[in-house]
Amino acid sequence: MSQQPILAIQNLHAGVEEKKILKGINLVIRPGEVHAIMGPNGSGKSTLAAILAGRDAYDVTAGEVIYEGKDLLEMDPEIRAREGVFLAFQYPVEIPGVNSTYFLRAALNECRKHKSQPELDAMEFLTLVKEKMKLLELKEDLLKRAVNGGFSGGEKKRNEIFQMAVLEPKLAILDETDSGLDIDALKIVANGVNKLKSPTNAALVITHYQRLLDYIVPDFVHVLWDGHIVKTGGKELALELEEKGYDWLIKHDAVKA
Amino acid sequence: MTATEPTPATTQTDPYLKAFVRFEQASAGAQPSRLFPLRKAGLSRFAELGFPTLKLEDWRFTNVAPIAKLPFKPVFEATASSLTPAALAQFAFAKLPGTRLVFVNGIYCAELSTTPSHTNGIKVSSLATALANDSALVEKHLGRYVRTEDNAFAALNNAYFQDGGFVFVPAGTAIDEPVQFLFINTSKEAGATTHPRNLIIAERGAKLTVIESYVSLASAPTFTNAVTEFALGDNAVVEHCKFQDESPEAYHIAALHSHLGRAVNFSSHSIATGAKLSRNNIRTTLDGEGIEAVLNGVYITNGDQLADHHMVVDHAKPNCASHEYFNGILAGKSKGVFHGRILVRPDAQKTDAKQTNKNLLLSDDATADTKPQLEIYADDVKCTHGATIGQLNDESIYYLRSRGIGLENARRMLIHAFAGEIIDRVKHDALREELDALVWDRLEQHEAVAVGK
Repeated sequence: MSQQPILAIQNLHAGVEEKKILKGINLVIRPGEVHAIMGPNGSGKSTLAAILAGRDAYDVTAGEVIYEGKDLLEMDPEIRAREGVFLAFQYPVEIPGVNSTYFLRAALNECRKHKSQPELDAMEFLTLVKEKMKLLELKEDLLKRAVNGGFSGGEKKRNEIFQMAVLEPKLAILDETDSGLDIDALKIVANGVNKLKSPTNAALVITHYQRLLDYIVPDFVHVLWDGHIVKTGGKELALELEEKGYDWLIKHDAVKA
Repeated sequence: MTATEPTPATTQTDPYLKAFVRFEQASAGAQPSRLFPLRKAGLSRFAELGFPTLKLEDWRFTNVAPIAKLPFKPVFEATASSLTPAALAQFAFAKLPGTRLVFVNGIYCAELSTTPSHTNGIKVSSLATALANDSALVEKHLGRYVRTEDNAFAALNNAYFQDGGFVFVPAGTAIDEPVQFLFINTSKEAGATTHPRNLIIAERGAKLTVIESYVSLASAPTFTNAVTEFALGDNAVVEHCKFQDESPEAYHIAALHSHLGRAVNFSSHSIATGAKLSRNNIRTTLDGEGIEAVLNGVYITNGDQLADHHMVVDHAKPNCASHEYFNGILAGKSKGVFHGRILVRPDAQKTDAKQTNKNLLLSDDATADTKPQLEIYADDVKCTHGATIGQLNDESIYYLRSRGIGLENARRMLIHAFAGEIIDRVKHDALREELDALVWDRLEQHEAVAVGK
């Protein structure tokens, strides 16, 4: 057995009320790996991301999710974040009146306290933040604004990756971070993600399109369809999907429950 | 929309009428006799209207019967006070530079006040002093803007006012540092009543920041019945802040009536955190073209407090903009009331009027009543209003938690932000920063409720 996985999902079933969305997901992510999950709309991609990040809108009916040896599903969302799980939201909310700097410093210090690291004071934090902002090519005036307040779609997405750069998670989950981005913004975002890559952390990239994977090169590509992972392959699988679409896979595996 | 219930309970107003005779005799000779008609008219208007009841549309959410039931003990004489200037440091805005007029139980106290000299014809003093020294100037404006037709309390103030703050800023001049009026209530006596009266005159192009604060040193069912009048000439730029932080047993009624000339820029902020029952009657008349008026406020209540803001914005001339933003943060069994009436007269074409009232209920027992009202008689105008009553946004809480911030902190941040939306509109930097800290402090006091404990 190699290293302990960062994330191990076993037979995960989940849904909303009577509706089943995930129907037995199995996935193991080890340190240093980048996994991509692709699939058509409604296949359960965002549900999986939300469940991993602790949104309570979904009921897990079976299976387990082990994060670094611990039961992830037992943790509150803030504990998951402090333990190193980060979700880059597909639709980040605007929070009027909450200053970006204040918010992010509070978040970082919560994470640091959790790891028994000293909290950063305002000056130390500012130094760190300025360095990370350059990575995402964000303007510093963003720090004076409210969280996502009046941000364009592209700014919101870059801001998510910027937060990720500051918090340095162990497991980054990107939920359709590429949607709505032009090619320049896409490159900036991908560059940010790549710079954060290390042998000890991992990323789960959820996307609808192959193009993001030109820039964030995955080690594994999984195809999610109707709540199942119907195929797993290397990065070339993404290209194949781009060429052929999803139908050929679905026809092979159309075993509706 | 006017009062249609002319059935005042005379037994309730009797003590007020009787006290007037004594007051009139006592003040004879001390104040210009020309004020007597104003006072008498006020008294008879009060007698005619009586205390408002819940049957009146403008008062249907706010029951002032407890005020009518208080023994009426108007304070006419200066209170011997052991207050020292150092003791004032505990009150808000103590560190702000500039003039600070201090009133103890409604009467000006020179020893406690800070009165740097002003040049360029600027006058800042107590109203009683101004009445003695500048009666012509004062009388030209005093009582001209306040409307008593539908406001018994303002009428009562006309009858009984003794003192308050006075500012006169001549054309083209500015007072850089804020002018403060601080009203300290020290009475432990139920029914002790003061009638603060403020008059602010800013002529053409004058600039000024004014802060009114109302605080208590004791906790008793006292009654403050204030009236503030603003007369602002063309192009004047005036920022006003009223901070009401009286004791949780106190009753506080105030009227703010402003008359705005052409192209005036007026912003008025109301921060209400104190009193068992408070009501601000705000009436702004936009009587010139190109005016920009912002009425902005936040009320933060707990326990069995009630905070009521009742507003009439009267657009009389074209091309004016008025914006009203009021947020309420209500904990315990407290109640917030907002009534915003925008009146656009036939001449007032191209009016841009916007009004929002948002209420955040932090407990199941807190309530909010909100009543927007647009009355538009011009056809080319942009008027919007919106009101919300709700809890904290779950999406926002989740977002903050997903970054590592705990549930309690996330809630606290959002509550603070809700007040911050209002505080951020204060233009004067030092004032805004102090208000921000004050509001934080108040919210921390409500924290146990805020975090749902």
